[in-house]
Amino acid sequence: MIELRNVRHRYGEREVLRGIDLTLAERRVAIVGSNGSGKSTLARLLNGLIVPSEGQVLVDGLDTRKDAKAVRRRVGFVFQDPDVQIVYPTVEEDVAFGLKNLRLPRDEITRRVDAALERFGLTGHRTWPAHLLSGGQKQLLAIASVLVLEPAHVVFDEPTTLLDLRNRRAIARVIRDLPETAIVVSHDLDLVAEAERVIVLDEGRVVADDAPGPAIAAYVARMG
Amino acid sequence: MLGLYLHRESPVHALPAGWKLAGLAVAATGVFFVTGPAPLGAALLACLGLFALAWLPARTAADQLRPLLPILLVLFAAQAAFADWETAVVVTARVCLLVLLSALVTLTTRASEMIETLERVLGVLRPLGVNAGKLSLMLALTIRLIPVLFDLVQEIRMAQRARGVERSALALLVPLLVKTLRMADTLGDALEARGYDPR
Repeated sequence: MIELRNVRHRYGEREVLRGIDLTLAERRVAIVGSNGSGKSTLARLLNGLIVPSEGQVLVDGLDTRKDAKAVRRRVGFVFQDPDVQIVYPTVEEDVAFGLKNLRLPRDEITRRVDAALERFGLTGHRTWPAHLLSGGQKQLLAIASVLVLEPAHVVFDEPTTLLDLRNRRAIARVIRDLPETAIVVSHDLDLVAEAERVIVLDEGRVVADDAPGPAIAAYVARMG
Repeated sequence: MLGLYLHRESPVHALPAGWKLAGLAVAATGVFFVTGPAPLGAALLACLGLFALAWLPARTAADQLRPLLPILLVLFAAQAAFADWETAVVVTARVCLLVLLSALVTLTTRASEMIETLERVLGVLRPLGVNAGKLSLMLALTIRLIPVLFDLVQEIRMAQRARGVERSALALLVPLLVKTLRMADTLGDALEARGYDPR
């Protein structure tokens, strides 16, 4: 469970989050909002990439300000552009990167990499240079590289924005089938509609927090 | 020139990265002691033989030299003008040999193996404050980001052409710098998010 208690965040003088109180316990939560509404900042707060200017973010009871390292092990983060997330030149090396950071035994790394490649349909591409993959395959690789670390929660920051319809649907299927809890920040209303709960942000505040139907209707109404 | 790994089940691929890097260091030094065009020609043929042994076609070897062709031509012309033909052939052949040998190592060695070897070798410098882990990650990121930056350059060039700008260094460099810095920033976040610990 992830809790945000009276969270405020500022970049210099500009306040982007203005008092957010949320408890995220559902398996699928989506966050929508216009550009500059604070949703990407909120996403980055959830795994301690940034800490709030005021208030507290707790992940399974761990404070992101005090236990950032433990929090990052519990919360995986998938970025919008897989090209800035893939570190190693080939597919299997990149999936192994996080596991090597954990200093796991070689056998364990091989086993988990094999399983992750199989899970995301990348086994046939294991020795491929990452830059030769399609956009959808790169995003799958980015997701595999995060999920191989077995986080309890995964935050997706606009995971389908750069993809075509077929790849958007493929990523939506992957997110739908995840056993991990997922928090999806997105403009893609088809993806958002699959969540159990949708939170609408505007100017740094929660303006709707409901089931997908009414929340999306509220979001669309705000967008004019 | 910085060829990326191509998977094959060849004996060259199977050699440990440390041996290949040590062999490259010895060969790169040794090449300066070979002075005649004939022995250098034989060395080039032997190098192409290694490409064949690695199950890499001659085309792959040629691909490594093609981007350097203008530099090689200038080098050859300068040596021919200021020294003599034989020196021009020898110097140009040495550069080709060095490029092909380095490419052979990168084409047949996974980045992770190379990086692990580098980390082990640099590990002895830890008492002097050298962080082998950071240096090896830098190497991995360099290899990984070359094609990404290449794509970025193509994308910016196309965007400029679409606006009628055919050749302008400034119109290319400014957005390239801005995008690269932004990418570096997000990449830092991604490393942190994936649990990278530089210690």
